Amino acid sequence: MVPISYYLILSGILFACGVTGFLIKRNIISIFMSIELMLNGVNLSFVAFAAQWHALSGQIFVFFVMVVAAAEAAVGLAIIIAVYRTRETLNVDQVDLLKL
Amino acid sequence: MTPDLHLWIIPVLPIVGAAINGFLGRKFSRQAVAAVALLFSGAAFAMVLLVTARFASVPVPHVESLAPWIRAGTFQVDFSFYLDQLSLVMLLVVTGVGFLIHIYSIGYMWEEGGFYRFFAYLNLFMFFMLTLVLASNYLLMFIGWEGVGLASYLLIGFWFTRDSAASAGKKAFIVNRVGDFGFLIALFLLIKHFGSLNFDQVFASVIPLHSEAGGAGLLTTIGLLLMVGAAGKSAQIPLYVWLPDAMEGPTPVSALIHAATMVTAGVYMVSRSHVIFERAPMALTVVAIIGTLTALFAATIGITQTDIKKVLAYSTISQLGYMFMACGVGAFSAGIFHLMTHAFFKGLLFLAAGSVIHAVSGEQDMRLMGGLRTKIPWTFWTMTIATFAIAGIPPFAGFFSKDEILWRAYQASWVYWFIGLFTAFLTSFYMFRLWFMTFFGEYRGTAESHEDSAHDLALADTRAGAPAPHGHGHGDGHGGIHESPRLMVIPLVVLAFLSFTGGWIGVPAALGGSNRFDRFLGPVFHSAIATGAEGGPVASSQEETEGPESRSGHATELMFTAISVFAGLLGFGLAWLLYYRNPQLPQQIAASLGGLYQAVVHKYYIDELYATLFVKPLIAGSALILWHGIDQDVIDASVDNSAQGAREVSDAVRHMQSGNLRSYAGWVAAGAAVVIAYMVWMGTR
Repeated sequence: MVPISYYLILSGILFACGVTGFLIKRNIISIFMSIELMLNGVNLSFVAFAAQWHALSGQIFVFFVMVVAAAEAAVGLAIIIAVYRTRETLNVDQVDLLKL
Repeated sequence: MTPDLHLWIIPVLPIVGAAINGFLGRKFSRQAVAAVALLFSGAAFAMVLLVTARFASVPVPHVESLAPWIRAGTFQVDFSFYLDQLSLVMLLVVTGVGFLIHIYSIGYMWEEGGFYRFFAYLNLFMFFMLTLVLASNYLLMFIGWEGVGLASYLLIGFWFTRDSAASAGKKAFIVNRVGDFGFLIALFLLIKHFGSLNFDQVFASVIPLHSEAGGAGLLTTIGLLLMVGAAGKSAQIPLYVWLPDAMEGPTPVSALIHAATMVTAGVYMVSRSHVIFERAPMALTVVAIIGTLTALFAATIGITQTDIKKVLAYSTISQLGYMFMACGVGAFSAGIFHLMTHAFFKGLLFLAAGSVIHAVSGEQDMRLMGGLRTKIPWTFWTMTIATFAIAGIPPFAGFFSKDEILWRAYQASWVYWFIGLFTAFLTSFYMFRLWFMTFFGEYRGTAESHEDSAHDLALADTRAGAPAPHGHGHGDGHGGIHESPRLMVIPLVVLAFLSFTGGWIGVPAALGGSNRFDRFLGPVFHSAIATGAEGGPVASSQEETEGPESRSGHATELMFTAISVFAGLLGFGLAWLLYYRNPQLPQQIAASLGGLYQAVVHKYYIDELYATLFVKPLIAGSALILWHGIDQDVIDASVDNSAQGAREVSDAVRHMQSGNLRSYAGWVAAGAAVVIAYMVWMGTR
């Protein structure tokens, strides 16, 4: 059996990749994908623990996360389309009207 | 069962009048305002007469409780009223003289603005004064005490648009606060040590105590503190400075509040607390010394004043000094006797002075009067009676009361007697000086052409119009010198009658009388003394109270009487010489006295001294420490700096909100990193 630490390390790497992508990418679509990567990194640790402790709640949490991610994707992509239509760009550095 | 005298009605009547005039009077006609004021003050007087008529049928002291006020454990204070001989005398004086002065005021104030306001205040004063006199505990008395102070403030500053009147009102109020402080501390001590403020209970617990002959104890402390209060209210050294300034008020106010009634509240309070004072010989001595010094001190100032009302003001202070002298030597009934006769003749003097001022169109400087004898005969004759009364010439009222005080003072110490006698001489001198300067010689004023002078505006207050009936209103100008309207003359005549005969109820035994006044008040002052006679000085004061006959023969007393009459006549003679025979002589004497005269004219620079010692340091300290230090540097600074700090922090932090999504993401990541680091750190501990 693969030790849980392997899963957790992989999960951490996935999450770190997501964070890095979230921070350095300028394209909204890429940022969006980075968020999905973070979510899935977390999901991985959830199922790893669920398998480890033979507890179902971890797997159920994963379903919740997937549902929320799907809803978020729907809303987020709609926003992205709206932004692109009005500003004709997907670069977040140029979408900075909301400031003091 | 004791009959119910409904004492509460007496103070309530004037407050109803004050409320009606105060709230609705603005819309009333002058006649209606006057009618309301007279009705309620007259009704109070009538009620007092009714109580007097039934007085013999009630056991004394008679206490009536109206309603509970404070109930805290064993400590309780009620709205209840206390009637005995002492408060009955005070009631008669306050309502009687008060009613007469109400009548007079209608004539005097007729042409003034704020007519309704004046009478509302006057009735308000009556309410508080009657509360003070009728209270059956120190706390209710204190309410009245503060209330008359308020009424006094309002009435001194009646012409509040004039700066001097407004500041005189404030001065009176503030100086009185100093005295009230002492009074209040005395009340706290009474509560702490006797657990009550009711006269009955306090006196009952004080009576078994021994006299503090050896040194100063609790009773001495309480007595001295009460005296501080009395000195403030009754204008004694060192707190007398407000009374001369209080003459800024309308003349009827000076007569009612600053001569006849309110300023005697201190004497009343000391007499009421005689049980305490008798057991504190040191406090009594202080009372006597303060009274004696004040009498002399104020009389000397009175000699040099040229404002007719200022002379009377200093005279009032001096006469109050006599009353305290009497109290200080244990002759409380003599003090109250003088209080009563003083109310008559000094009230009359003020009213007559108001009539004079009215006659000469608002002039108050005696140097600009003179020769008014024939022009205003009623005023002249009534004022003559009052002058003779205050000078102590028999058989006028002042003679009997002043002589009684001097005789009793002599039994305590010849020093009191001698200073008192000298003061009597001074009193006679300055009063006849006033009399001669006002009514004799040539007229030195300019009343005929007074109207267009700038002076007129400044003194507009003291002018009083004549109601139409007697035919020369203000429409045709002030015209010449004229007698006052009948409404003003009638009270003068009544008071003159009282000033003439008022002393006859207290004719001493040496003169063939039986001093009925002393015997009437006897139960108030005797009962306590008799039960507390074990202490040394108390026993001696008992001896004094029981009658001079037992110690000195009538012949001695008669001799002293003759001496004091002689002193009065001497004052008359000197005044006649200086102000009638040789009117230029006073100037020469004044010139030859030089510095001393200047000091007296400037009232010994006491006002200046107080200004330097207390007022200026207080203002400077307030400005430097309280205003600049505390208010600006602490309170304002804390508010301003916290606002400034919030602004600066926000200025720094607001740059975080750049609108740049990735920088937000950076903050979120950094924050998450911090939280995780914290949790890891906590987990590893």
